[in-house]
Amino acid sequence: MSLTAIVFYVLSSVTVLSAVMVIAARNPVHSVLFLILAFFNSAGLFVLLGAELLAMLLVIVYVGAVAVLFLFVVMMLDINFVRLREGFLRYFPIGVLIGAVLAAELVFVVGTWVLTPEMAGNLRQPTPEDVTNTRALGQLIYTDYVFVFQTAGMILLTAMIGAIVLTLRKRPGVKRQNIAQQLARSPETAIEIKKVKTGEGI
Amino acid sequence: MDGFLFDYLPILILTLIAVVVSGLFIVLALTVYPDRPDPEKLSAYESGFDAFGDARGKFDVRFYLVAILFIIFDLEVAFLFPWVVALKDIGLYGWLSMGVFLTILTVGFAYEWKKGALEWE
Amino acid sequence: MVESFKNWMMATLALSEPQAEILLKTSGMVLLVTLVMTAVAFAVYADRKIWASMQLRRGPNVVGPFGLLQSFADALKLFIKENIIPAGANKGVFLLAPFLSFTVALMSWAVVPWDEGWVFADINVGVLYIFAVSSLGVYGIIMSGWASNSRYAFLGGLRSAAQMVSYEVSIGFVLVTVIVFTGSFNLSDIVMNQAGGFWRWHVWPLLPMAVIFFISALAETNRPPFDLPEAEAELVAGYQTEYSSMTFALFWLGEYANILLMCAMISVLFFGGWMAPVPALDMIPGPVWMFLKICLFFFCFAWVKASVPRYRYDQLMRLGWKVFLPLSLLGVFVYSGVALLTGTAG
Repeated sequence: MSLTAIVFYVLSSVTVLSAVMVIAARNPVHSVLFLILAFFNSAGLFVLLGAELLAMLLVIVYVGAVAVLFLFVVMMLDINFVRLREGFLRYFPIGVLIGAVLAAELVFVVGTWVLTPEMAGNLRQPTPEDVTNTRALGQLIYTDYVFVFQTAGMILLTAMIGAIVLTLRKRPGVKRQNIAQQLARSPETAIEIKKVKTGEGI
Repeated sequence: MDGFLFDYLPILILTLIAVVVSGLFIVLALTVYPDRPDPEKLSAYESGFDAFGDARGKFDVRFYLVAILFIIFDLEVAFLFPWVVALKDIGLYGWLSMGVFLTILTVGFAYEWKKGALEWE
Repeated sequence: MVESFKNWMMATLALSEPQAEILLKTSGMVLLVTLVMTAVAFAVYADRKIWASMQLRRGPNVVGPFGLLQSFADALKLFIKENIIPAGANKGVFLLAPFLSFTVALMSWAVVPWDEGWVFADINVGVLYIFAVSSLGVYGIIMSGWASNSRYAFLGGLRSAAQMVSYEVSIGFVLVTVIVFTGSFNLSDIVMNQAGGFWRWHVWPLLPMAVIFFISALAETNRPPFDLPEAEAELVAGYQTEYSSMTFALFWLGEYANILLMCAMISVLFFGGWMAPVPALDMIPGPVWMFLKICLFFFCFAWVKASVPRYRYDQLMRLGWKVFLPLSLLGVFVYSGVALLTGTAG
């Protein structure tokens, strides 16, 4: 067995095991930590496929940013997790439905593989010979797929505004530092000179 | 093994070595040295007082907002990476395409600024 | 030299070529880890010495000649201390946090180039790899803050996490402006683009970006004036409050390994990496220049620590989100536009 194959089996089995642990772990913080492990190993799998940029972005965006938010939420919002578990039976049918959809999708993927084996060959060569993976993607995203790209920008804008609308609370009576105001002060507006007579106060 | 995968091999090896070294430190800390616990030693430090309650409580929602804004800007940076490498190939059209994208997000940034989401109190 | 060593190993140990290659890389990596850890020990000593000199003190001067062995004495002391895990802590996560901090701090060093062809992992996306791995550093801090179950640690962890993510965005934009001119994420390519003397270094066209990068690097590594997570006056020691002995030492090693990495990154991105400042000095080997540059920027880190007072938290967030973020975003616009117009895009 070649080294690549060994690495592949180690990475993929750790990915699957940690994915199982994400839903099996009792403590939600542990769940998120297993999710991070799963992301990390998937990044390793991307590298094996030759998708360097995707591997790095998976770590930068999902592990470095999204999972940080998840951790913030589960660690700090003080949710009562025992109560959350009580809803298990109620949401069970929805869970089964989503699981069925995902399973059907997997069947389609494998089906394509069996019906048109030449498609699988195309998937295996993501990058042209003399160009790096990142550059090849860059040549396509911003020109050939410009509308999809701009839509992504719109979605990000929506997310940004949504986050502010949902979470921003103005707290009354908070003193803020206004640096422009501080810098604009001059001795004339800030200092008052008074003559004080000896032996008397002001 | 492909040439380019071979370049990643040292990273794999270094990760394994780093895991072994720091794992060794942790194991040493747990096993070799004397372990004489007492209640005072094991209680959380709270300036000499007994700790009351669980330290993990609710906290300002602002940290949550910072995390969300970070995700959005991180994605923006993620879109810039392939763009900047291919900048020479995609030329002015690609530059303008990114210009529009960044302008859309700058609108969001201006909104944030105006709403005071970036102010910390 | 490396090639002949490989041939020697294949001949005497009867190994196949890939096996010899793996053995060679493994021994190189062990050497690298040893070097980084030794460098960290001396960096701590240098930090204290520089800091002391600037305040007209002597600094460590008892253990060994000029106090050179002080860090090793400190390390030995930490090694033989009892490791305390607080009763209310989540034991697994509590131990995982320092483990992760140190592992992650070592991982980035694989892609740092020391001379032409002297790089362990010559990957195409080197800059992204360092950016990705350094974004993992935040986990050690959040996890330790949460797992300790102590108020100081919790607040310190929260603050630190928000601080690190805020400055990471500007670092990302600054990296993009450098890549505008090199057209490659490979760290060796970035250095090669600056060949031919100090006037070709990126720092001249990219001076504002280099300044933003340096200050953001201070914030990323929790160095003064941005050492709010461990602001001892208000938070005791922040996320490290409950840690002792080896687990504390791991945080400390990781922190300094990260600082040295940031120094290496500054020299690779802006100051020509292993290149000599003038071509006449090329006979001095590349790793020496790289080492000298890392020392220089480490001195700057220590200098800032000795001379600048600590920021307040709202000022810190304001600087990150309202000053650096718009400035570096503007930088991306301007530099990419100029590079495209003048045909200097990589």
